[in-house]
Amino acid sequence: MNPLILKILAQRVALSLLLLFLVSILIFLGTQILPGDVAQSILGRSATPQALENLRQELGLNQPAHTRYLNWLGGVLRGDLGTSLTNGRDIAQAIGQRLGNTLFLAGCAAIIAVPLAIFLGLISVLYRNRWPDKLISGLSLAAISVPEFLIGYVLMFYFGVMLGWAPSVSMVTEGMPFLARLQAIALPVAVLVLVVLAHMMRMTRAAILNVMQSAYIETAELKGLGMFRIIWRHAFPNAIAPVVNVVMLNLAYLVVGVVVVEVVFVYPGMGQFLVDHVAKRDVPVVQACGLIFASVYILLNMVADIVAIIANPRLRHPK
Amino acid sequence: MRRIPLAALLGLLITGLFFAAAILAPVIAPYGPSEIVGDVWEPASAEHLLGTDNIGRDLLTRLIYGGRTTIFVATLATAISFVTGTFLGLTAATVGGWVDQVMSRCVDVLMAIPPLIFALVILSVMPVTMPVLIIVIGLLEATRVYRLSRSVAVDIAVMDYVEAARLRGEGRMWIVFREILPNALSPLVAEMGLRFIFIVLFVSTLSFLGLGVQPPAADWGGIVKENKDGIVYGIGAALWPAVAIAALAISVNLIADWVLSRTSSLKGGRG
Amino acid sequence: MTEPLLKIRDLRIDATVYPPGEAAREIQIVKGVDLDLQRGKVLGLIGESGAGKSTIGLAAMAYGRGGVRITGGQVLVNGRDVLTLRDSGLRRLRGNEVTYVSQSAAASFNPSRRILEQVTEAAILHGKFTRQQAQARAIDLFGKLGLPDPERIGQRYPHQVSGGQLQRCMTALALCPEPDLVVFDEPTTALDVTTQIDVLKAIKDVIALTGVAALYITHDLAVVAQVADDIMVLRHGEMVEHGATDQIINAPRQDYTRALVSVREIRHDEQPPTPTPVLSVDGISARYSGMHDDVLSDINVALSPGQTLAIVGESGSGKSTLARVITGLLPPRSGRIGFDGHDLTPAQRQRPRQDLRQLQMIYQMADVAMNPRQTVETIIGRPLQFYFGLKGRQRRDRVVALLDQIEMGADFLDRYPAELSGGQKQRVCIARALAAEPKLIICDEVTSALDPLVADGILKLLLQLQKDRQVAYLFITHDLATVRAISDSIAVMHRGKVVRYGPKSQVLSPPFDDYTDLLLSSVPEMRPGWLEQVVAHRRIEAGGE
Repeated sequence: MNPLILKILAQRVALSLLLLFLVSILIFLGTQILPGDVAQSILGRSATPQALENLRQELGLNQPAHTRYLNWLGGVLRGDLGTSLTNGRDIAQAIGQRLGNTLFLAGCAAIIAVPLAIFLGLISVLYRNRWPDKLISGLSLAAISVPEFLIGYVLMFYFGVMLGWAPSVSMVTEGMPFLARLQAIALPVAVLVLVVLAHMMRMTRAAILNVMQSAYIETAELKGLGMFRIIWRHAFPNAIAPVVNVVMLNLAYLVVGVVVVEVVFVYPGMGQFLVDHVAKRDVPVVQACGLIFASVYILLNMVADIVAIIANPRLRHPK
Repeated sequence: MRRIPLAALLGLLITGLFFAAAILAPVIAPYGPSEIVGDVWEPASAEHLLGTDNIGRDLLTRLIYGGRTTIFVATLATAISFVTGTFLGLTAATVGGWVDQVMSRCVDVLMAIPPLIFALVILSVMPVTMPVLIIVIGLLEATRVYRLSRSVAVDIAVMDYVEAARLRGEGRMWIVFREILPNALSPLVAEMGLRFIFIVLFVSTLSFLGLGVQPPAADWGGIVKENKDGIVYGIGAALWPAVAIAALAISVNLIADWVLSRTSSLKGGRG
Repeated sequence: MTEPLLKIRDLRIDATVYPPGEAAREIQIVKGVDLDLQRGKVLGLIGESGAGKSTIGLAAMAYGRGGVRITGGQVLVNGRDVLTLRDSGLRRLRGNEVTYVSQSAAASFNPSRRILEQVTEAAILHGKFTRQQAQARAIDLFGKLGLPDPERIGQRYPHQVSGGQLQRCMTALALCPEPDLVVFDEPTTALDVTTQIDVLKAIKDVIALTGVAALYITHDLAVVAQVADDIMVLRHGEMVEHGATDQIINAPRQDYTRALVSVREIRHDEQPPTPTPVLSVDGISARYSGMHDDVLSDINVALSPGQTLAIVGESGSGKSTLARVITGLLPPRSGRIGFDGHDLTPAQRQRPRQDLRQLQMIYQMADVAMNPRQTVETIIGRPLQFYFGLKGRQRRDRVVALLDQIEMGADFLDRYPAELSGGQKQRVCIARALAAEPKLIICDEVTSALDPLVADGILKLLLQLQKDRQVAYLFITHDLATVRAISDSIAVMHRGKVVRYGPKSQVLSPPFDDYTDLLLSSVPEMRPGWLEQVVAHRRIEAGGE
């Protein structure tokens, strides 16, 4: 590790922290300083003045915005996400278990989708413009063109209800055996894999193709090397950074996909929690969930950039 | 007349049909949108080509009106995202300097939050009405349009012909509208198609989550929400919007691909 | 006569092209070419871009680049038709019997592998040498090619060595597996002229030392005259003439070859400077924002009305930056620019329209200097409208008159840039500059992207227009032949400074300063033996010090 890379990495991490800070402001602003009275819009038009005043008190709406923000941020940094408006429970506690469930679901999807996407991307490149490529790109176009929740219901309808291969509702409970848990989430994982795979595959294909069209690949071909050696020795080292980038971007996409899929399959994760509380206008919960989702997203983007920095030969071996 | 490839022609045809159906919904729909015409979840029949929905309305009628709503919202939101995104993107690219820096960094921050999550955060305090929905989605997607139009315009702005116009003393208006925009049009039009599809998916998702178009009006996402309980009984009414969305999305994609390939051949050609 | 190493018969190659706005179509880019190459000989393939020379070179390896397909004929290497080979046969041919040196070594080396590994890869893989043998051979070749520190340079990554060095490494890569034939595809074109000479000499020596046969592809007849035994002239995918180097250079039989040989025979008699210059650059220093070093330091030159000042230098010398300073795109840190009797405002945006009009610019790449979405009429007509308020009929008549001056007709009015040839594009750019009726035109490498004959036409046109309209040219170029042909005075630039400046006759006659001497002597001359003379001359000078 040379000092140049360390410096660039440090800059990148600092940038992510700054971004996170700005995003927290944005999320706070998004829920606090919008046209109209927040308390009014939470309780609706029929609310009594007394109820409105109580809610304002509870939300601290009578304090200036920046004080409220700093209080909130201070709490977040200490791990205190506040209490839910609707049931008065501690948010951090309520989220803990659900976050675990969500990460489990997304993790399973990622473990299947990432290698598969890279494999299919490679196949597409090797058989470029021939039938395997066209088939894969046609299917992925179809998968991209349908929203996640509909893929969810299509799978639920055919595999859950008609064929009965997997439970159509993904109930998981604490202390459930691992295999049972896996079976319960089979369908939501399948949906996430399909959706992420389609995006990831298309972008992997483009990334590898881009590398394969470089002059140094032509040099390798003109050396009389075999296809396997060309890909392994010459394309692969240069494709790592763009492919990792693609993978990370699409894992970030999982973050969004998971919200909808959890609702479809009634899976007790963060996404469903968030959607429920948006409908209930439970602002502190929404803020907390929004911040967590955004953090994961920023983290994944940071990892992608870090890999690209480390993989860059110009930075690894400076003049 | 340039030859249009079959795939693009098909795309144009299907997209045209969808828009025609949206505009002419009251004329072509067999029943009224909230008219209860039969039993709950009747199977397909001669009177009800796709059967009926969860409270006995004609499903085909609901789909046509749902498409009208979806396409209406998506078209307006696309328009907003394009007008704002391109205007700001082109401005950033031509003015450059700190104006560009400030705008681009702001967009970076906005884009650091997944759009669906951001929309949920905002909709948790905003009244969920059609105009709010259109503006929120339009502005969120405008960040993506900004990115693209800025990068396309920056590529064009460094071309010698733009420099030649600058050296001639041309004003900013001429440079943006006569030198840059005509050359940025193809990628922007292709992007508009893709953006429209994203927005259709976005609106449908929000409505499905109950945070988009509110009952009694329903878009395609709302129809899924209404009929999703039928799935576990083996009733596929909720799946029809999937067919509609997929058909629209694929056909618009085909058009966008064609527009894009025409641009790249313009660049790649030796002539 | 023995069986030749490479024997090509009636080679036909097609390519798919994508004209803008039209369906893709097939064109023939090589139309039945025959050639023979004996062992240990060097054949030069010469022609303009698009003549099909690179395509023929790659066909010797049975390789078609991009959408290119070999549709007919025979390519025999060592008596075996390589066009009939399948996968494993092709692999044994490429990188083994025939190897390749490309124009851009920087792009052709894998950025994430060490140079030595890439140089030895083919030799080891084809079983020619063990790893140790191959590495020893590579190091030996590095030495023969004059690379510094041959023992260790292979341990570096491609981005860690200079362009000239990397081009030599690419030659070592091609020679390492002891091939029978090397295809050199414009190996020195991307290099600066002072670098080119060393690489050229290195390539020539190593060809002689190893006795390998070579196809040497280039557009520069003077370069190929130094290395080739025979020369084949190609045009539009067909052979024009084929003969020994001496015969092609000294007694060309075809008109086209004669034209190639006699290019740059334009002569322009130097005019004495006038007391009041149209442009005077006084003590200009400039740097780009964020940089710590000046790109230009203390530049002083002047240009008389109706004359040509040539700014000569290699890439990175600051000559294009000087143009940016004069046009006001890069305001200088210090110094002043006098123009037509007054000082120019440093920043272009604040200059009065009159100054903008009188100072026009023509660019190197005519393709990107014109908006592809505007017709020729709009392109030439816009300055007329913008500066003189001409409209409609009047404007059109004026455009037609300008088209006439650049020897193009009214039928070009409605064409788009993509529908013009390279030379026509540059002519339209000239007309656009003339439309403003300027006192000074800055010409930034205006002929270097053009084929020699076309460039010649452009230069003649520029000289004619200067005579007719008394316009001054600031002519930026790296090409000394062009400078000789058209300038009245010359400024030689090196690393941001003017190292030599004066009337043409003075600048180009001895005694020279070191850099000008190096630059002038590096320009290839069209006679065999020039390369050896120059190198020998330099050795004596270096030894004498």
